Amino acid sequence: MSGRPLALLGHFGLLSLLAFGGATAVVPEMHRFAVEGHGWMTSAEFADLFALAQAAPGPNMMVVTLIGLRAAGVTGAVIATVAMCLPACVLTFGVTRAMQRFRTSVWRGILQAGLAPVTVGLVLGSGWVLTRAADHTPVAYALTALTVVWMVATRWSPFWLLAIGATLGLAGLL
Amino acid sequence: MPWARRMMVEEKRWMSEIDFVDLLAISQLLPGPNIVNVAIGAGARFHGAVGAVVAFLGLMVAPVTVCIVLGTLYAHFGDVAPLRRAFPGIAAVAAGMVIAMALRIAPLLRGRRVAIAIAILAFLGAGLMRWPLGWVVLTLAPVSVALAARERP
Repeated sequence: MSGRPLALLGHFGLLSLLAFGGATAVVPEMHRFAVEGHGWMTSAEFADLFALAQAAPGPNMMVVTLIGLRAAGVTGAVIATVAMCLPACVLTFGVTRAMQRFRTSVWRGILQAGLAPVTVGLVLGSGWVLTRAADHTPVAYALTALTVVWMVATRWSPFWLLAIGATLGLAGLL
Repeated sequence: MPWARRMMVEEKRWMSEIDFVDLLAISQLLPGPNIVNVAIGAGARFHGAVGAVVAFLGLMVAPVTVCIVLGTLYAHFGDVAPLRRAFPGIAAVAAGMVIAMALRIAPLLRGRRVAIAIAILAFLGAGLMRWPLGWVVLTLAPVSVALAARERP
């Protein structure tokens, strides 16, 4: 048992720095680690934990917490979560501070102007991918469209949309 | 992420739209969960290391606690069928929130034809072709920054 927290620390610490584009990018690697490598759970259980993490609130990396919990209890959950975040956080912290030092320079403005279009395109691209993955019925597409209008045109909380979405799902309408 | 943008830019007015987009771009470029990187960057900007740690804890403590509770329940009961059925609804809403965020930040590109072309390329690469986000950023960002440098000498 005592080796498990260490294994979690090492593996997720490494994945943290490989997770370009977010934790979703390394989910196949987590599967290999937890199911095939260590046999902590079956493939079906992994899929269940992934669904659980997706439905739970919070960043889309919560499957890491659940793998840690499964492998080594609450300690494992905390260790896995921190290991997945810490290396990337330290890097982000350093880069943010360095960028702040150049706040006033001409290059800063150019960098902002250059990065903005890439970000706009990527966010729209992610929205497209998520829509294609999530929506399989006309009702689901209508729900996504309603969300877009709601978020762009009103200041109402998105919480109500999530409640509507969960209810429609439970009612089997999607 | 759309929720974080709404809170930081629209409600609390901690940062401008361009500052948020800038922070998001850096977060996508660097490894790690994007929303965690945004929290670290925002915290660091206003209150240094302490701000980064506080932002991280603020973002993570509640979800991790919820997950530990849900995970423990799952271990005892082993049935996530109701969650599975609710999930498509939540996913459809989440997808809409991301599209809405793209529409809200898009006006930053108004009147910049080259920038709009880059945004379309990024959309095609990440959306239609499904190339990994990191690679799309690493390829397009240098080109886009170089073009921006020529735009205003």
